[in-house]
Amino acid sequence: MNIGSIRTGYVIDHITAGKGMELYRLLGLEGLECPIAIIQYAPSRKMGKKDIIKIDADMPLNFDVIGFVDPGATVNIIRDNKLVEKKDIDMPQTLCNVVKCKNPRCITSTEQELDHVFRLTDKEKKVYRCIYCDTKNG
Amino acid sequence: MKHLINILDLSVEEINEMIDLADDILANPVKYQDCCNHKILATLFFEPSTRTRLSFESAMLSLGGKVLGFSEASSSSAAKGESVADTIEVVSGYADIIAMRHPKEGAPIVASSHATVPIINAGDGGHFHPTQTLTDLMTIRHEKGHFDNLTIGLCGDLKFGRTVHSLIGAMSRYPGVKFVLVSPEELKLPSFVKQEYIKDKKIPYEQFTSLDDAIGQMDILYMTRVQRERFFNEEDYLRLKDSYILDTEKMKLGKEDLCVLHPLPRVNEITTAVDKDPRACYFKQARYGKFIRMALMMKLLGVEA
Repeated sequence: MNIGSIRTGYVIDHITAGKGMELYRLLGLEGLECPIAIIQYAPSRKMGKKDIIKIDADMPLNFDVIGFVDPGATVNIIRDNKLVEKKDIDMPQTLCNVVKCKNPRCITSTEQELDHVFRLTDKEKKVYRCIYCDTKNG
Repeated sequence: MKHLINILDLSVEEINEMIDLADDILANPVKYQDCCNHKILATLFFEPSTRTRLSFESAMLSLGGKVLGFSEASSSSAAKGESVADTIEVVSGYADIIAMRHPKEGAPIVASSHATVPIINAGDGGHFHPTQTLTDLMTIRHEKGHFDNLTIGLCGDLKFGRTVHSLIGAMSRYPGVKFVLVSPEELKLPSFVKQEYIKDKKIPYEQFTSLDDAIGQMDILYMTRVQRERFFNEEDYLRLKDSYILDTEKMKLGKEDLCVLHPLPRVNEITTAVDKDPRACYFKQARYGKFIRMALMMKLLGVEA
């Protein structure tokens, strides 16, 4: 499968196979009118299989979302056909308005203007909890 | 400015100082009767309460201050759809300190980020109830003389029991404690409490579904009510409400120096016959609630006798 190179934009590489679509959705790429490619279950020497997202657009990218969904992913930043930076991604300490608290007893369930903020409470187990009610995400 | 949202906002030393102060107020109430002159407490109770609201009001009146507020959401602007943030912005201008109860978990955190006066969490949904915990700790210190090396049994609704969550958080900071958790399967302790306050701190604990099997090893038995208001489904409430009833027969299985606590109100989970047992400390506990809240408000307002 051939997908053209990127002029200015991002290549999100080494995404755990099967997580590409979740990342695509949480990054809000659905509504963008620019060339975007998602490659799922691509062969990988290091990982066996992986997903890749290529975005050919000069736009802000929320690295916290990538760190939340798949901290093992890498991001190549491309400007004028050149790789200008290769970023390793870490799990963010807090996550703002990426996921919503599902606890019906949480204050965010009734006060619509509140940000949905989660904090990382267990890095090993990838546990994020709502800062208001302590409910675990997921 | 300091708020009290979670009992862990207070250090072990601050809690000890506060109990010392409460003890002194209990012994010398006249000495403190004017120390909050011209101070106003706002009690914002978006959810009904008897004990907590009245003990806050009595505490401020006994310190020489004044009280304003509401006792249910329907008599406030919340009924018109006003947000917690807006209510707090406004009330901050009318009072020197705010005690707030709200049915939604985390509401006091929202309040504290908009307040210009200290906020006291007087209970937020099934989450936390730190002033009840101060009351519990004062009672434990009076009855046992110490907090370390105690086996603390918690029985009933451990899932939605906010007093249980706060008490476990507070007691988890003392050496040699052990928790004995007694609940039906559906009302077990939430994972955030068990993980953060017990497992991560490597504190020993045991879980039981039978109170008879567990009561013999306890130094403290903290009974709770299965709360109708926490259930979305009436059938679940009716099925679980009579899971544990502490009666004189069960008390025979407890240690001679067992201390039975209950945040009250009780429905039927402790029979009235148990009230006569000297190990029943829950009415003493309710009385201490006023004095520890006096001490808390003095500390948050920075006033002295």
